[in-house]
Amino acid sequence: MSHVHDHDADHESVYDGLTGGDDSQWAFGTDFEDPLAGVDTTIPDGVDARTLADYCLMLGDDALVYSHRLSEWTSRAPDLEEDIALANVALDLLGQARLLLARAAAADASLVPDLPEGSPVPPEDALAFFRDESAFRNVRFVEPDNGDFAETIARLLVFSTYRLALLQRLASSRDAVLSAIAGKGVKEVTYHRDYAGRWFLTLAQGTEESRRRLVAGLALVWPLHDELFRTTPVERSAAEQGVGVDPAAVADEVDVLLEQVFSVSGVERPEVPPTGAVNGGMGREGRHTEAMGHLLAQMQVVARAHPMGRW
Amino acid sequence: MTTATAGTTTRVDAAALAREIACRVTDPEMPMLTLEDLGVLRDVEVDDERVVVTITPTYSGCPAMATMRDDLVHSLRDHGFGDVEVKVSLHPAWSSDWISERGRRALTDHGLSAPGPAPRHDGPVMLNLRPTRRALSCPRCGSRDVDLTSEFGPTACKAMYRCTACLEPFEHVKEI
Repeated sequence: MSHVHDHDADHESVYDGLTGGDDSQWAFGTDFEDPLAGVDTTIPDGVDARTLADYCLMLGDDALVYSHRLSEWTSRAPDLEEDIALANVALDLLGQARLLLARAAAADASLVPDLPEGSPVPPEDALAFFRDESAFRNVRFVEPDNGDFAETIARLLVFSTYRLALLQRLASSRDAVLSAIAGKGVKEVTYHRDYAGRWFLTLAQGTEESRRRLVAGLALVWPLHDELFRTTPVERSAAEQGVGVDPAAVADEVDVLLEQVFSVSGVERPEVPPTGAVNGGMGREGRHTEAMGHLLAQMQVVARAHPMGRW
Repeated sequence: MTTATAGTTTRVDAAALAREIACRVTDPEMPMLTLEDLGVLRDVEVDDERVVVTITPTYSGCPAMATMRDDLVHSLRDHGFGDVEVKVSLHPAWSSDWISERGRRALTDHGLSAPGPAPRHDGPVMLNLRPTRRALSCPRCGSRDVDLTSEFGPTACKAMYRCTACLEPFEHVKEI
């Protein structure tokens, strides 16, 4: 076999010929450049930087944690279309989370966990992957395991109705960055809410089994529903300063929309008591459900093992 | 292909050249579309030796944005512009209405269905529990007899359809 040309001797790596020595061509989708590059992140007059940052963390963490949960459906959904749909919803939310966490970090860098010197991890990733559970500010509503498809749809309907109501008002935030992120988010979450609403109706009026599962799923989701509209001091100040929205102010609107879906679907609003506070706090205060620790462990383990890693 | 480089041209020419190069960069997922035709490319400015390109993301989580940035930087570097900065402009948010006429023709020529007018979000957003109705025709056979398979597709910007005449599936770029 001595006549066989030795290809290995020609190249250091079989990939050299593909990249032309240009590594950046392999950066597809993994680039960690600043998502707010060139965006003016000056804090508006009269706005407290820490309040704005804390408020962005809340909205960013809602999106991040729920995105992670929804992404668990990838390759496991009932059919290919739903697999792709849920992955798309998760991706939109991840994009919103990235921008919101980057906005939080730009407003108050002291929130960003310290990493070893020279770490290439950007601030929004440090916030996502290097904060402990008690530092996360998301509502507990987005934490629980997905359950079956019907429970997932019930949760997605409530969450996207809530988030769309918030984002529509946030589009006129005095913070230009938050306003732009919200304006974009409105377009995306409109698709999410329609998707969830249609599936809710379909499952409710489908078979006896799909209806049974939907009603059961909604009952499982509902105890954490009240927490969405509970105003924390951060949300109150952010609203007073014209950069945020008091969640209590969207409660009626969300209720009317949900009632519309329930009545078209012939589903009763669940009569279940809300989940109470833990040591006086809920998700926004960093007190989470048992599911949260497991979720974070899975989401953060690789990043934490490699704080100097380049991806 | 032009052989001119930034170093050998005047400032006005350099600006025109930088714009021309940036306008030729294509979308990584839909290579029949340039970033200009997609409406993502918002501005190209030359300040001394530095080129500043401004782009607007299509979707918040669009993973192609990083590649778009890289491709812009590399194309400009290949033509002698050593100092390139790519900025993001988030407002106004990208709309499918920004896809040019030429871009729409390119989509159709390549078997994709171009978006209709984007919904307006001036007032409260209405909940829509009925399947989305769009007056589309199959980009392959032209039949108007098409079924929506899914409002979500292989990339963030597409929905999936099936033509009931020629039975081929096709992708529709969503109105947003």
